[in-house]
Amino acid sequence: MSAAKTPDSAAPQAGLGRTTARAPSAPESGRGGKEAPAWRRKHLLGIEELSAEEIIHVLDTASGFAEVSTRSIKKVPALRGKVVANLFIEDSTRTRTSFSLAAQRLSADVLDFYSAGSSLSKGESVRDTARNIEAMGVDIIVLRHSAAGAAHYLSRCVNTSIINAGDGQHEHPTQALLDTYTIRETKGRVEGLRVAIVGDIGHSRVARSNIWCLQKLGAEVTVVGPATLVPKGLERMGARISHNFDDVIPEMDVINMLRVQSERISSRVFPSLHEYTWLFGMTPERLERAKPDVLILHPGPINRGIELAAEVADGPRSSILRQVANGLAVRMAVLFLVNQAASVSA
Amino acid sequence: MGILYDKVQIEAALATLAAEIGESIPANGQVAVVGIRARGEILAQRLIKLLAPYQPDGIPHGVLDITLYRDDLAEKGPAAVVRETQIGFPVTGKYVILVDDVIYTGRSVRAALTALVEFGRAMATRLVVLVDRPARELPIQPDFHAWRTRPEDGAVVVKLEETDGIDLVELE
Amino acid sequence: MKTIVIRNGRVIDPSRKLDQECDVCLADGQIQEVGRVGRPAEVTIDAEGLIVAPGLLDIHVHLREPGQTELESIETGSAAAVAGGFTTVACMPNTEPPLDDEAAIEYVIRQGARAGLCNVLPVGAITKGRSGKELAEMGRMARAGAVGFSDDGEGVASPAVMRRALQYVAMFDRPIMQHCETPEIANEGVMHGGATAVRLGLPGLPAIAEELMLQRDITLTSEAGARYHAQHVSTAGSVELVRRARAKRLSVTAEVTPHHLLLTDACVATYDSNYKVKPPLRTAKDIAACIRGVKDGTITALASDHAPHSVAGKELEFQRAPFGIIGLETALAAYIRALILPGHIDWPHLIRLMTLGPAEVLGLTKGTLQVGRDADVTLIDPQRQWTVEASRFKSKARNCPWNGEDFVGKAVMTIVGGEVKYCEPEDDGRVGA
Repeated sequence: MSAAKTPDSAAPQAGLGRTTARAPSAPESGRGGKEAPAWRRKHLLGIEELSAEEIIHVLDTASGFAEVSTRSIKKVPALRGKVVANLFIEDSTRTRTSFSLAAQRLSADVLDFYSAGSSLSKGESVRDTARNIEAMGVDIIVLRHSAAGAAHYLSRCVNTSIINAGDGQHEHPTQALLDTYTIRETKGRVEGLRVAIVGDIGHSRVARSNIWCLQKLGAEVTVVGPATLVPKGLERMGARISHNFDDVIPEMDVINMLRVQSERISSRVFPSLHEYTWLFGMTPERLERAKPDVLILHPGPINRGIELAAEVADGPRSSILRQVANGLAVRMAVLFLVNQAASVSA
Repeated sequence: MGILYDKVQIEAALATLAAEIGESIPANGQVAVVGIRARGEILAQRLIKLLAPYQPDGIPHGVLDITLYRDDLAEKGPAAVVRETQIGFPVTGKYVILVDDVIYTGRSVRAALTALVEFGRAMATRLVVLVDRPARELPIQPDFHAWRTRPEDGAVVVKLEETDGIDLVELE
Repeated sequence: MKTIVIRNGRVIDPSRKLDQECDVCLADGQIQEVGRVGRPAEVTIDAEGLIVAPGLLDIHVHLREPGQTELESIETGSAAAVAGGFTTVACMPNTEPPLDDEAAIEYVIRQGARAGLCNVLPVGAITKGRSGKELAEMGRMARAGAVGFSDDGEGVASPAVMRRALQYVAMFDRPIMQHCETPEIANEGVMHGGATAVRLGLPGLPAIAEELMLQRDITLTSEAGARYHAQHVSTAGSVELVRRARAKRLSVTAEVTPHHLLLTDACVATYDSNYKVKPPLRTAKDIAACIRGVKDGTITALASDHAPHSVAGKELEFQRAPFGIIGLETALAAYIRALILPGHIDWPHLIRLMTLGPAEVLGLTKGTLQVGRDADVTLIDPQRQWTVEASRFKSKARNCPWNGEDFVGKAVMTIVGGEVKYCEPEDDGRVGA
């Protein structure tokens, strides 16, 4: 009899899933293909639990949807008659707008439940809110919540599909998928690339989802930031830790600059924005020392002049606007795949 | 089981089809060839080469992924795979040759026609298939076909080098 | 009150290192005789195959009364206690209002007597309103029956306040029982601050939040000469601090809970709030250190930290759910799983940790089968296999991490003050006239 109960936890998967990202337009799968479906999940809760094959399937599907936004009639009937509810307990105009537009391009009806903390402070639990939404016949709930694990929790409370649009400091899976999509689109591959994620790693759901996603596809991830914002446990997720941005810059193929949250200054985890920028900001001088074809990503919105100099943000190596466009395709793909999986399990 | 036609026969059939299609192009008509993913796409590429003499300015090639327009999309569930649709030219006013490998129930072609309309109003749309397998479930017929099987032959499979490594038409 | 003779059980009494098959006679609410009992009895209990132990004590429970009786009450908590084999519980003062004056202490004692199941001993607050600022009237509370003082739920953050509390309490021969947690470091933490918390994106409660306060308190205790008890120690560092303090002959004791002996932070992976507790579930290394502390006598008491919450209260996002695990009805079996079955300690040692050890922390004359002491006795079937069914708990709460699990070993009869307060199954024929 063992004394310690340690349920199987998904072990860090660094080194696993070194699957080559396929070229976007490879006609590998015709209609009526008989191989096992690559995606059977009714929910998208996080990247950690996904396999490399599942991630690639989302990216390939997103490639299929990217074209829809170039049509004059930007709509396909993939989710016709379905209802998608944006349940945003924490506000995020960009993510919500992107999901709304994605759902509308798939012909779904979209409901917005703004909450910004009010519903919870009134004492209604997110569980009750979600059950109410479910009772209205909603098919997919897109959940943004300030508590880590909220999407996992809600997926146990309702039958509706749940897409995690960011849960506390835990995961932001569609952001990682769109970042990875942008990298694959620009670099033609993900495997073997060196990617730095720079900033407040400890508090960042974007960082966590990206660490899982990139490593599963065979990239090498280095997290860079002040020691107070980069917890040691990240090494157990397979990432390399550095506190010296200048050392890391020359060897990177991709640099993902995270947004500095101003509330971190009041909690005294670093002394000033001035010192932060000096140590970890992406300035034109630092960019000079990077590889000539380095790709600069940022999840937005940018603090110009703090983590990212304006010249860099607007410069040729920045893919920030591509990220926004790709976000739409990735979210269409996720909405579609989750709905197809639910249509069978229902 | 049984091989119906081999590579040589398929090449010959495509040449004949191209000739028939070429004759049908209206005066001043601008042709575009659109294949239904995946094997219609390849047949469309082959036809474009064969049609080149009829349209010296070049013929645009389009690819339709009809997954989202299928009437059994919900039933397909996770087996539905979406890939890119590529219609990089204005459809409006074009004489569109829609290409697929086999027509059977007519439902795929119905989906393709619905998808095509999203891209504009073609001057006319013509349907080309390699094999016409009987037992239609919708009132849709090919304008050009190479072969027609009998109802008792059952399912027909078209294999092409680009996707299957070999050119073959066989019974399942 | 009838004369009861418990015959042919394996009688274990750590107070005189007794472990042999014999009889125990109870009359007039007292232990009358231990050995071969010849005299006739009005009630005879056949204890063959059972362990006959002094009534078990749990010196760390939350009964939620007054103020939150929708979660638990002194009556339901007492019922849960006797069902788990406990004859005495010490309840914490974080009620609404808190137990921070004489009247509140008297109220709990009265409600305990009214429930009439087990001995309910209140622990008073160290500071008024448990706010950590001004000392509560510990003298008057001690006179009214408070057996110790704690601001449990929170640690006393101010070293100045804690220093005064230790100096002051020494006058009344009661222990200060501390929930060690440095608030500035614990901050918003909801689980153990380690690699799992980083992976799950949950704010961590690092081990040093506990150890820093414990270290400070040990220093203050050595100056004040008071009795100090560290509640629910959970880290390897804490165990080592207590070990060193005891080696210096300081009056420092410590308890450990069932969940800190069995569960690790990996349990939180599914965000199930039944694993949300303070101190948080730690690592396998910490569990091993706690077990070592139990084995070598650093830890002298086991306590459940029974913390009832409603189903609705716990059914929340992990970060928003309240802290706490219930334990009264599973504690004994959990200790057996953690300590006896792997062979870490033997039965007499386990009985000591659940009787004499906790009685000594509070300075009680309980936890023994010495003649003339209160007739509190627990009968344990060490082989009994059973399945945890939270829905059948006597407790109002269901926040139990072991629901549905199979355990070995159970209290089958609980006698308090010479009266059978719990017996199972009720008609097994053991009790004969």
